Amino acid sequence: MSEKKGWKELMRGSDLPPASSLEYKTGSWRTLRPIWDPDKCTHCMFCVAYCPDMAIPVKVTEEGVKGFGGRVYKGTVRLETNFDYCKGCGICAEECPTHAIKMVREEEAAKASK
Amino acid sequence: MSKWKSITGAQAVAEAMRQINPDVVAAYPITPQTPIVEQFASFVANGIVDTEMIPVESEHSAMSCTVGASAAGARAMCATASQGLALMWEVVAAVPGLRLPIVMPIVNRALSAPINIHCDHSDSMGATTIGWIQIYSENAQEAYENTLLAIRLAEHKDVLLPVMVMQDGFIISHGVENVEIFDDDAVRKFVGERNPDRYLLDVDHPYTIGPLALPDYYFEIKRQQEEAMQNALKVYLEVGDELSKISGHKYPYFEEYKTEDAEVVIVVLSSTAGTAKDAVDELREEGKKVGLIKPILFRPFPYKEMRKALEKFKAIGVLDRSIAFGAYAPLYTEVRNALFESENKPKLQSYVYGLGGKDIFKSDIKKVFEELLSGNVNPEEQRYIRLRG
Repeated sequence: MSEKKGWKELMRGSDLPPASSLEYKTGSWRTLRPIWDPDKCTHCMFCVAYCPDMAIPVKVTEEGVKGFGGRVYKGTVRLETNFDYCKGCGICAEECPTHAIKMVREEEAAKASK
Repeated sequence: MSKWKSITGAQAVAEAMRQINPDVVAAYPITPQTPIVEQFASFVANGIVDTEMIPVESEHSAMSCTVGASAAGARAMCATASQGLALMWEVVAAVPGLRLPIVMPIVNRALSAPINIHCDHSDSMGATTIGWIQIYSENAQEAYENTLLAIRLAEHKDVLLPVMVMQDGFIISHGVENVEIFDDDAVRKFVGERNPDRYLLDVDHPYTIGPLALPDYYFEIKRQQEEAMQNALKVYLEVGDELSKISGHKYPYFEEYKTEDAEVVIVVLSSTAGTAKDAVDELREEGKKVGLIKPILFRPFPYKEMRKALEKFKAIGVLDRSIAFGAYAPLYTEVRNALFESENKPKLQSYVYGLGGKDIFKSDIKKVFEELLSGNVNPEEQRYIRLRG
C-alpha cells in the first residue's frame, strides 16, 4: 500500500473511492484450493451463485464447452476460478451437485501442478 | 405570517417536522415520544407533507432505516426516547462516524430499571460521548425552534454530524403551551433542501461508505469527527443568527437569566430552568442577588464561554436530572471542567434531582439558592433534592 494519508487528507468520514476492494487480493489467505474438473461440470451456476467473493468468472458461449457426460453446454458457462480473490472457503465444493470441485491443500496443489 | 397554536411540546416538534418536510421518517412509537410521530403520521396520511414514512418493528430498525435513507441522499429523521434510544444504540453510535446529518428529537425519559416512563435525562446523558450534537430545550417553543436550527447545523458542510434535540418527557412533551409557529414559507426557505456533496443514489459518482478501518485509519477518521464537532460551535451561532431573522429570538450556547449583578446562580437544563426563573424572580423581589444559567448546546460543550460567564459568581449550584454513577453528575462535571482554568473559582455544589419524574418545585429551588447564599457548599459532595432519607 502507498504512503498512508493523514486525517486532513482522507475523504470525509470513512468514505472511500469506489471499487477499491479490487486492489485487495484476498487469494493469499487461501490454504485450500478448489480443483475444478470441467469434465464433471454441468455449468449449473451453483458455485458461481454461492461464491462469497465472486471469484468464479463466467462467459456466454454459442459454440459451447464440453462437460459432464461428454455433453456440450451452451449459453452461460463458468471458467477457471480467479485465484487472485478465491480465499479457499470450499463453499463451491460443498454446493456442487456433481462433485466436480475438490478442495486440495495449497502445497499439494502446487506440487501436482509442477 | 406566523401563527400561535395551543399545542404540546411533542406537537410543536411535529410542526417543525411538517415545515422541514423530510424525505424519509422512520420511527417506532415509545412513550413519551409517541405523540411526535403520531402527529407527524397524520400529516403524512393527510398529504400535508411528501415524506415517505416507514413504520418499523423496533428502534434498531428505525435508526438503521434512517441511516440507509440518509446515506442514499435523503433528508431523514427519526425520534425516540429512553428505552428506544437504548435499543437503537448500536446504530446511533455509528451515525457520527458515517457523517450522516440525521436530526432526532429525543423526549427525555428515565432509563430502566426500575422501569419508569417519566422524565429524567439518563437516556440522552448516556449518549454524550459518541459524537452526536446535543441541544436541550426548556419548553415547546424552544423544542420547535431548536429542531429547525438542528437541520441546518447538521447538514452544514463543515459539520455533517447528527443532532439530538431534547425536551422533557411529559412536562413539555404532553403539556399544552402557546407556541408561535413561524411562517411556512420563511421556514421552508430557511431549512431549504438537503444538498449533499455525495450520496449513494448518485450512480454516476459511486463511492464506498462505512468500510472496515483498522488501526491504520480508524484513529484518523475519529480525529476528523472531533474537528467537525469543534466546527459545530461556530456554525451553531451562524445558523442561529439566520434563524433569528425569522423568529426574533436569540440562539446562544446558554441562556443567562438575571445574572448581571448576581452573586449566586443555579445551572440547570431544560424545563426546570423555567421553574428556576420563577424562583429567581421571587428571590430578586426580596433583594437577593440570584440568577440562572441554562445550558442549551451541551455537545459540543462551550467551555471557554461558560468559564467566562461563570467565574464572576461567588457560588454556583448545578442541578442534574441524572446520575453518572460513581462519578460527578454530567452537567456538574462540565461546569467543574469549564472552571478549571479560572483564577477565581466560585464555590460549587452538585445537586441531583427529579430522577424518574420526581417533581421539583419552586420552593426546592429557593432552598438551593438559600444554601448557596449561606455558603454551605461542598464541591466534593453530591446532594439530593426531595429524596426521602
